[in-house]
Amino acid sequence: MSRFLLRRLLGAAVILMIISAVTFFLFFAVPRDPARFACGKICPPETLELVRHNMGIDEPVFLQYWHWLIGIFAGRDFTYGRCDAPCLGYSFVNQQPIFDAIVDRFPTTLSLTIGAAVVFLLFGIGMGMIAAARQGRPADKIASSASLIGASMQIYFVGVLATWVLVDQLQLFERPAYHELTADPVKWFSGLLIPWLVLSIIFTANYTRMTRSSMVEQLSEDYVRTARAKGMPSRTVFLRFAWRGAMGPIITIFGVDLGALLGGAIITEQTFVLHGIGELSIKAVVNQDLPMLLGVVLVAATAIVLFNIVVDAAYAFIDPRVRLS
Amino acid sequence: MTIPFLSVRDLTVDFDTEDGVVHAVDGLSFDVEKGTTLGIVGESGSGKSVTNLAVLGLHDPAYTKISGEIVLDGRELTTAPRRELERLRGNKVAMIFQDPLTSLSPYHSVGRQISETYRRHTGASRGEARGRAVEMLRRVGIPHPVSRVDDYPHQFSGGMRQRVMIAMALVCDPDLLIADEPTTALDVTVQAQILDLLKELQEQTGTAIILITHDLGVVANAAQEVLVMYAGRAVERGTVREVLGTPRHPYTWGLLSSMPRLRSSVDVPLVPVRGTPPSLIHVPPGCPFHPRCDYQAQAGPDLCVGDRPELSPHRGHGDACYLTPAHKREIFADQIKERL
Ligand SMILES: Nc1ncnc2c1ncn2[C@@H]1O[C@H](COP(=O)(O)OP(=O)(O)OP(=O)(O)O)[C@@H](O)[C@H]1O
Ligand SMILES: [Mg+2]
Repeated sequence: MSRFLLRRLLGAAVILMIISAVTFFLFFAVPRDPARFACGKICPPETLELVRHNMGIDEPVFLQYWHWLIGIFAGRDFTYGRCDAPCLGYSFVNQQPIFDAIVDRFPTTLSLTIGAAVVFLLFGIGMGMIAAARQGRPADKIASSASLIGASMQIYFVGVLATWVLVDQLQLFERPAYHELTADPVKWFSGLLIPWLVLSIIFTANYTRMTRSSMVEQLSEDYVRTARAKGMPSRTVFLRFAWRGAMGPIITIFGVDLGALLGGAIITEQTFVLHGIGELSIKAVVNQDLPMLLGVVLVAATAIVLFNIVVDAAYAFIDPRVRLS
Repeated sequence: MTIPFLSVRDLTVDFDTEDGVVHAVDGLSFDVEKGTTLGIVGESGSGKSVTNLAVLGLHDPAYTKISGEIVLDGRELTTAPRRELERLRGNKVAMIFQDPLTSLSPYHSVGRQISETYRRHTGASRGEARGRAVEMLRRVGIPHPVSRVDDYPHQFSGGMRQRVMIAMALVCDPDLLIADEPTTALDVTVQAQILDLLKELQEQTGTAIILITHDLGVVANAAQEVLVMYAGRAVERGTVREVLGTPRHPYTWGLLSSMPRLRSSVDVPLVPVRGTPPSLIHVPPGCPFHPRCDYQAQAGPDLCVGDRPELSPHRGHGDACYLTPAHKREIFADQIKERL
C-alpha cells in the first residue's frame, strides 16, 4: 500500500509538472502582451518596460517557468513584496498573490462540488438501484425516462429557471449565495441547495442509468445466482453481492467525472454569481492573467490527480483481484 | 409404496420472451430417492438446467410460468412462498454449478462464502461458522484449510474452486444436492477426483444427488438412475444398466453413438446425432425428435407426427417412442450395438 502511494504520488508530481509547463508555453504561443493589458490604454514605452520587468515577463520563457516552479517551494520576491511558499505567482490584475486568491475562493467551489457529488451519488445510485430491482415495472420506467430528460438539461437554463420559479415566484428556497459553513451552517446549506441540485441534475441522470445497467448486468452473473441458490435473502443478494460487483465501474467513472464536475462548477458559479475558483478562472482568461490561470489549472489538476489515486485505492479495496503494486 | 424423497410431476416451464413463449420444459416427471444419484443427460438446450433451477425456485416469476408439482420430502415447492424457498435453499437443497470461477463471488473470501451460508441457516456465531468452514474445506480435500480459509477464489485452481463450491453446498448437510455439470469446466483427472469426492460425501451423508451432464461416461460411473431429456421432455428413463446397456429410444442410441468415451474400439467412426435441436418456441408436433429420427417409417405411418408419445411403461425402464419393443430390440441389436 505505501509503495503504491509512493509510486502514484511520484507519477502525480510528474503529471502536474507537465500540465503546468504545457499551460505556460501554450500561453506564450498565443501572441499577446499582458503587460500592455495591465499598463492601460495610454502607456509610454518606459512604463511598459517597467511593468514588464515587474511582472517578470522580460525574461526568457524558460527562465520564467523556472522561477515560477522554484517559487512554489521557496517563495519569491516581487517588487510589490514577498510571496511566501507555496507561491504560485502574483496576480497583477487582482493585486494579490495567486495562492491567497485561490485559498479565498476554494471553500466556495469545494462546498459546491462536494455537495453536488453527494446529491448525485445518493440520488443517482439510489434511483438506479430501484430501477434495477424493479426492472420493466413502472418504477423502472419512471426512473429511466427521468434520467433521459435529466441528461439533456443545461446548467445555465435550469439554474435561471429554478431561481425564478423556486425563489422569485414560490419563495420556497433561499436565494443562491455562499455563506461560510463555520459561520452559519444553516445558511450555508440553504444558500447552496439550488446550486447543488442544478449542478447535479445531469450527473444524477447519468449515474441512474449507469447504476441500473451495472446492477442488471451483475444480477445475471453466476455468482449472484449462487448467492440466491444458497438461500441468501433477496435484499442481501442485491446489496451485498450484486451491488458489490456493480460498484467498481461506478467508482471508476466517478474518478473520471471529477473533471466534468469542476467544469460544471464553473458554469454553476457563473449562473448563480458564486465567487469560487470557476469565477476566478474565467476572469483570469478574460484579463490575460497568466499566473492566475496557471494557479487555477494547477490546483484543479492536483485535485483530480489526487482524487484518482484515492479512487484506485478504493477500487482495490472493493475488488480483491486487483492488487496495489 | 413409499413416497419418493423428491418427486417431480408434469413439470412445465415456459419463458415469456420477445420472440415468443419458450417451452423449455414440458410435462416432465421423475423421482429421486435418498442416498441415490439420478443422472440427467441430454444435448445442450434440452432443459436440464431449467428443470433444476425450477426445483430451487430460482426462475424469475416475472417472465416464467411454472406448472406441475415439485414435492420435496412432502412439501410442495412450486407454490411455496418465497421466504420458505429461501430457507430451503442452501439448507435442504443445495446446488453446484458448472463454472466454479464465475459461480463463486470474487469479492468475498471462500471462508466467508461458506460460513455465511451456515450462519444463515443455523444461526451459528461467527466463530462457530468459521470453524465449520475450515472443517468443510478439510472434508473436500483442500490442503492447509486453516490458512486458506481467508483466501479468495481467484487464488485457487479450477479443481480447488469446485471443491470450495462443494464445501459451500454441503455445509448445511443438504438432503438433496443438484450438481449442474460440475466437472465440465475441469480437466479429465480433476473431473474424476471431483466425482469421487461427491460419491464419498454421499456415502457419508446419504444425500440424494441430481447429476446433470452431457457425458454418459460420467453417468455410467456416478449414477444409479438416468433420465434422458430431449426438448424439455423425458425420452427415456431407467437404471444406468438398463438405459446404457439396452437403450430403447432412437435419441439415446444417437447419444451413445456420439459418445467417444463409452466406445470400445477406436476405429468405428463417431456418429453425431444428425440435425439440430428443435426450436423450443415452435416445438415440432408429435414426437419432438421425429425430424431427426431415422426410424419413423418402422414405427408406422404418421404415428410420429400425430400425438406426442408418452413415457411407457410408467415405472422402471421407460421410453417415449412409437416403435414396438420388438423393433427396438431388433434395431439396437442389429445396427446400434456394434457402433458402441
Ligand atoms: N431465462 C430464460 N429465458 C428464455 N429462455 C431460456 C431461459 N433459460 C433457459 N432458456 C432456454 O431454455 C432452453 C433450455 O435451457 P437449459 O439451460 O435448461 O439447457 P441445458 O439442458 O441445461 O443445456 P446445457 O447443456 O447447454 O447447459 C434453452 O433453449 C434456453 O435457451
Ligand atoms: Mg445447463
